[in-house]
Amino acid sequence: MAEPQPVLEMTGIVKEFPGVRALSGVDFRLFPGEIHALLGENGAGKSTLIKVLTGVHSLDGGTITLSGTSVRFDSPSQTQQAGISTVYQEVNLCPNLSVAENIFIGREPTRFGRIQWKRLRREAAELVDRLGLDIDVTAPLSSYPLAVQQLVAIVRSVGTGDADGQGAGTKVLILDEPTSSLDRDEVLELFALMRRLKDQGVAILFVSHFLDQIYEICDRMTVLRNGTLVGEHMVSELDQVGLIQLMIGKALDQLEELHDHQLRSDVGESLLQADGVGRVGGVAPFDLEIKKGEVIGLAGLLGSGRTELARLLFGADQPDSGTVTIGGKQVSMSAPNDAISEGVAFCSENRKTEGLVPDLTVRENIILALQASRGWTRPIPVAQRDELVAKYIKALDIRPANPEARVGQLSGGNQQKVLLARWLITQPKLLILDEPTRGIDIGAKAEIQKLVVSLSEDGMAVLYIAAELEEVLRLSHTIGVLRDRKLVAQLANGPEITPTRILETIASGEHQ
Amino acid sequence: MTTTPRWRALTHHHLFWPVAVLVILLLVNVPFTPDFFSIKMTDGHLYGSLVSIVLFGSPLILVAVGMTLVIATGGIDLSVGAVVAITGALTCSYISDQADQSALSGVFLAMGIGLVAAVVCGLWNGFLVARMGIQPIIATLIIMVAGRGVAQLITDGQIITVNSEPYKLIGGGYWLTLPFSIFVVAAVVAVTVALTRRTALGLLVESVGGNAEASRLVGIRSMRIKIMVYVFCALCAGIAGLMISSNTSAADGNNAGLWIELDAILAVVIGGTSLLGGRFSIGGTVVGALVIQTLTTTIYTIGVPTQTNLVFKAAVVIIVCLMQSPKFRAKVFGGRFGTKPGAKGGTGQPAAAQAEPAAATEPAPKMEVS
Ligand SMILES: Nc1ncnc2c1ncn2[C@@H]1O[C@H](COP(=O)(O)OP(=O)(O)OP(=O)(O)O)[C@@H](O)[C@H]1O
Ligand SMILES: [Mg+2]
Repeated sequence: MAEPQPVLEMTGIVKEFPGVRALSGVDFRLFPGEIHALLGENGAGKSTLIKVLTGVHSLDGGTITLSGTSVRFDSPSQTQQAGISTVYQEVNLCPNLSVAENIFIGREPTRFGRIQWKRLRREAAELVDRLGLDIDVTAPLSSYPLAVQQLVAIVRSVGTGDADGQGAGTKVLILDEPTSSLDRDEVLELFALMRRLKDQGVAILFVSHFLDQIYEICDRMTVLRNGTLVGEHMVSELDQVGLIQLMIGKALDQLEELHDHQLRSDVGESLLQADGVGRVGGVAPFDLEIKKGEVIGLAGLLGSGRTELARLLFGADQPDSGTVTIGGKQVSMSAPNDAISEGVAFCSENRKTEGLVPDLTVRENIILALQASRGWTRPIPVAQRDELVAKYIKALDIRPANPEARVGQLSGGNQQKVLLARWLITQPKLLILDEPTRGIDIGAKAEIQKLVVSLSEDGMAVLYIAAELEEVLRLSHTIGVLRDRKLVAQLANGPEITPTRILETIASGEHQ
Repeated sequence: MTTTPRWRALTHHHLFWPVAVLVILLLVNVPFTPDFFSIKMTDGHLYGSLVSIVLFGSPLILVAVGMTLVIATGGIDLSVGAVVAITGALTCSYISDQADQSALSGVFLAMGIGLVAAVVCGLWNGFLVARMGIQPIIATLIIMVAGRGVAQLITDGQIITVNSEPYKLIGGGYWLTLPFSIFVVAAVVAVTVALTRRTALGLLVESVGGNAEASRLVGIRSMRIKIMVYVFCALCAGIAGLMISSNTSAADGNNAGLWIELDAILAVVIGGTSLLGGRFSIGGTVVGALVIQTLTTTIYTIGVPTQTNLVFKAAVVIIVCLMQSPKFRAKVFGGRFGTKPGAKGGTGQPAAAQAEPAAATEPAPKMEVS
């Protein structure tokens, strides 16, 4: 294939944060009509490269050329006007505005200076439709799960170019981990959309930790490690093993270990018993028993009520029917405190709004749950605190390994690890993990899954939610299947339980 | 522009800008009052402009320290001025009713009554904000407006004067050559720092202010914490009320502590605590309050006409706030004083600037200039 002129070329990009050299001399080029994967471990510098391009961060060195002319953007809106649309890693929309308003913020269709609300809603509905999403665009964004919010962010960015006809139209589309909380179906819709845009000549930069997705959709890839460029390859020329080796700088044998890992076969006595627990608008009343040392995985499509079920068991939302008994004691579930004091921990899928306190340090974020349970009058002794924090930073390989760093400055995957550490440190009896590996690189993902297995061996019960069915199947003793906000089946895991079988159960929606 | 690491570390310290502003303001006085920095010993008391700044600034420091914690939880307390007036009115009217106004027991009881009233005001504010979920600015507006009326009722619309030696000590007396109020302030600041940093209270306050929903899910009892900080803030205002009425030996329901809430909020902001809540700095607030007091003093020493002194004050405050905004500094000075790492960006910087850009509608503020 004769190489045309790249639409975007970045050369010698340098970015330094106080104490961290996030990018040192990275080159990157993007051709029209290609889908280009940007790969690397957590903290490799992927998001930073995107943010220096779009003007979120200033550039400390290097040049950027867009369509042959040298450019430097001072702000994301400038970048957008130049034809580069971006979906950042953390969804950043206005939760209290409607979906339609979010899609059109800042470029509402107007007539004589007044916003044309009808047109705005109609066009928003059309855009959402095109992505195969069935949602009410007049409802507030916050009424939808994170995955839908992520899709709305994508709709917003691709809508920019072609909806109103003004501006240059999108030349470059940047998607930073857009699929991290999407189910298979949404991923397919997104890929279909990406292919359409690609055919129109749009250049797409795609970040993901799912290597299968890379091989499915991408043409070319650029790999970063520790802020340096380690290679640019055509996807067809490098296999997965080679790619992983490039990313982590060593061979991947330890990644295979998990498959040999045997789930503990005997689970202990009953720990939590939910009888008829439900909430109008959340999940229909369900019965569920969780035993000590048991891993229960929840499977279901987007919006099937997995997260809602977990939130009820934690008291994050208050059930309006049923009873929850933990360790033989009925718990009122009027606030998370009630569940926490019975040893339940809940790691939310939405680390940004429901998880971390971005201004506090890594250390402070890690000890927060433990400290809250001790109350303000009993601070954790400094020596013990530092030891615990150091232990978990090491165990989860949080980078940079600096307890004083502000959590808001960590890379997405490392933030996720901080959130995990926060709850592990409390040594709960039941750990609820909602998408715990969201945004985590493949190496760390295997580590975390191994951790779940070993926690269960030590007698901790785990409720595990993940969009990836394989991940759920690999880890769980029991699989709870949800459909339309109802727990429709609980299947004991075994050789006959396959992703296909689960999908069938979801589709038929019946007890088997 | 090359900068040495030490200079960088210094300019990046969270107290650098507040202290720098304070020093500049102090220096401005020197051409007008050449002996500005000199401190004299007369009758065993230290006198001098610096001593007076601390003395007259004491009530403001107290109020601002309490305000800091409220602001750190993401709230605000507009009622502190009214609480100052109520406390002063109750205490003075009780003392003035005594046969022997200098009797220690009477004075202590009077102060106790005043402070209990302050605590009640704080409980009310905390109840409205934490239990009823009313916006802090509205909830505290109630006492701000009604409280002055209550103070008027207590004093029958008069200015009550007292003549009590022991009471005079708190706001106007001397001890160990220094104004007694300096010791009171030092004690309150020390207690506050110990209360917030030796226990986990500071961390939990910052967490509640930094991300309320995450704090709820982590099991922090934010209702209790919020009630506590409003009570603490009112208590600080109460002590300031004692100090002000003691200094003038009078309780003026109308004018005592008038607009002190605004000065206190300013002091907190100048000290580097964001009005959005989260990280707070008691040390910064103390410096911020001293900046405000020095500014007031400076206005008198350089002879700004009384009609224009509010305008002058406003102008200086704007400049101070601009100096603290990393974006403004970057524009004016280039990269020399880059971003403050970690700080929520003093005053000028919108919240969205830290993590990801807002939904691309506004240009996200540039963090640094290359
Ligand atoms: N605002 C910031 N201040 C200081 N350091 C930062 C900031 N943003 C990123 N970093 C650091 O820069 C490095 C690269 O981070 P970046 O977010 O680009 O990683 P990433 O490749 O996107 O990782 P992930 O896969 O986890 O999203 C990390 O070490 C991170 O801690
Ligand atoms: Mg990233």
